[in-house]
Amino acid sequence: MKLLHYWRAMWGIIWRELWRFVTQRERFISALVRPLVWLFVFAAGFRAALGLAITPPYETYILYEVYITPGLIGMIQLFNGMQSSLSMVYDREMGSMRILMVCPLPRWFLLLSKLLAGTGVSVLQVYVFLAIAWFYDIQAPWQGYLWILPALLLSGLMLGALGLLLSSFIKQLENFAGVMNFVIFPMFFMSTALYPLWKIKESSALLHNLAQYNPFSQAVELIRFALYGQFNSHAFIYTLVAFIVFMAAAIVGYNPSKGMMTRKGGA
Amino acid sequence: MMKKNVLGLFLTVALTGTAQAETVFVTLEKDNALAVVDPVAGKLVKTVEIGQRPRGIAISPDNKFLYVATSDDNTIKIIDTETLKETGKLPSGEDPETFALNPAGDRLYVSNEDDSQVTVIDIKHKKAVKQIKVGVEPEGITVSPDNLWVASASETTNMVHWIDTKTNAIVENTLVDPRPRALSFTADSQQLWVTSEMAGTLMILDVKTKQIVKSIKFDVQGVTPDKIQPVGVVIDKDRKRGYVALGPANRVAVINAQTFEVEKYLLVGQRVWNLAFSPDQKRLYTTNGASNDISLIDLEAQTVTKSIGVGTYPWGVAVKP
Repeated sequence: MKLLHYWRAMWGIIWRELWRFVTQRERFISALVRPLVWLFVFAAGFRAALGLAITPPYETYILYEVYITPGLIGMIQLFNGMQSSLSMVYDREMGSMRILMVCPLPRWFLLLSKLLAGTGVSVLQVYVFLAIAWFYDIQAPWQGYLWILPALLLSGLMLGALGLLLSSFIKQLENFAGVMNFVIFPMFFMSTALYPLWKIKESSALLHNLAQYNPFSQAVELIRFALYGQFNSHAFIYTLVAFIVFMAAAIVGYNPSKGMMTRKGGA
Repeated sequence: MMKKNVLGLFLTVALTGTAQAETVFVTLEKDNALAVVDPVAGKLVKTVEIGQRPRGIAISPDNKFLYVATSDDNTIKIIDTETLKETGKLPSGEDPETFALNPAGDRLYVSNEDDSQVTVIDIKHKKAVKQIKVGVEPEGITVSPDNLWVASASETTNMVHWIDTKTNAIVENTLVDPRPRALSFTADSQQLWVTSEMAGTLMILDVKTKQIVKSIKFDVQGVTPDKIQPVGVVIDKDRKRGYVALGPANRVAVINAQTFEVEKYLLVGQRVWNLAFSPDQKRLYTTNGASNDISLIDLEAQTVTKSIGVGTYPWGVAVKP
């Protein structure tokens, strides 16, 4: 009976998130437009017409559009993770968070369900994005489209947990602009999403180090290898550890007696 | 740090099981060597010293011997494909670069660029039987599958010379676009495809009339026209598609051999030069001179699957089943 409770709560949260996503058509479209603009405009402008040097997992020369695709998948998940955290702040302001939090299930479980719901939404977005990219001649081996699913789940959870952690710090919706400037943009630009590590190394050793230790880079590399049917164990472990750390911190952050909530005067 | 997963390994094994085991030989102009590649495993197997500045390469119809033009040794070497040892030399004349074997495999026609002539060699007797004066700087040369014609292109005269194989004399000349580089007959010997390096075109010549019937101009998005320098050209047996290496454009153009439309440009390594089919014509191999590798093209999927480092300045390529 207890398990059924858990299941119902989790399913309720996931369903609510998916429903919200599907009904908000603007959100669905805008979530797709962002990476597509990057792909069609930015990547086309920087198109290395004569090909990029070969680095694993690629086995031959590739166009910039092909390189940037896993990075843009990461971008979808990064924005989604932050967006879920934004919705947490919104829920708190609107009071629906209180309903969730009085539910007689452990808090960590509710947060994890929330996280899974957000990840599920991002996975949907990624597959639609990949389908469009496929028609733009960015095609991976078919196994890649299966192997990418577990990679997407892990990277989505990691970025979602980071969003949760951040949302425990944010008091008001207006502060979200700060998250954009101080988290999303630095994380995205200081990563392997847009340029390979060796290219960053050529310009600055510091940037190279930052990009290398950026968990977002590791998530992107995990996705990149998975898309070509390969497993990058280093990226996997790094992303997994980052998820555990962010999640643990977020659980503490949402604990009314210990975390940031007390300072802010509760949910 | 990164390992292929079990599935990847399984697929590789599965592929190895189904694909034919063939050997790809690549001449390395700067390394004075011959690279031996296993394309299914995607690996360079070994590199063998072969002579000074090896360029043109061909395999005998029985697949027992390789002929390699070692330009700075002024000879064409005969190499045993099993032992990779030299078994003889052919009197090619000065600085041989490109040459062509006839379908029977008993005659070899060599372009002597500096002397503006074509040397005809009797392979069995290892003797030059005739020297034919052609235009200035002859480069590309090929024999028709029906063994009636030898076509030789001279880079500076901008001509294709039609040599009758019975008389070893030029019968006709066709003026073509500037700097014709490579040429290839269709399997039915009805058409001759010629690439022009300077004009960036591919010309289709009708063998009966010896006139250009179609000219295709290449245009790759994002690549400046001066980089589009068509070189090697091959056409499949069924005359469904032809493939042209576009030199510094780093692309292989896929051409519909019926409609003469360019279907696709495939990204390969830098300064793609020469092309060769696998025996079943399911794969195409390209030599990429500036990036020191060869690229493998899966012709069924029309995608480049792999690029394999082979050595400095890969030039010619031949495939043994």
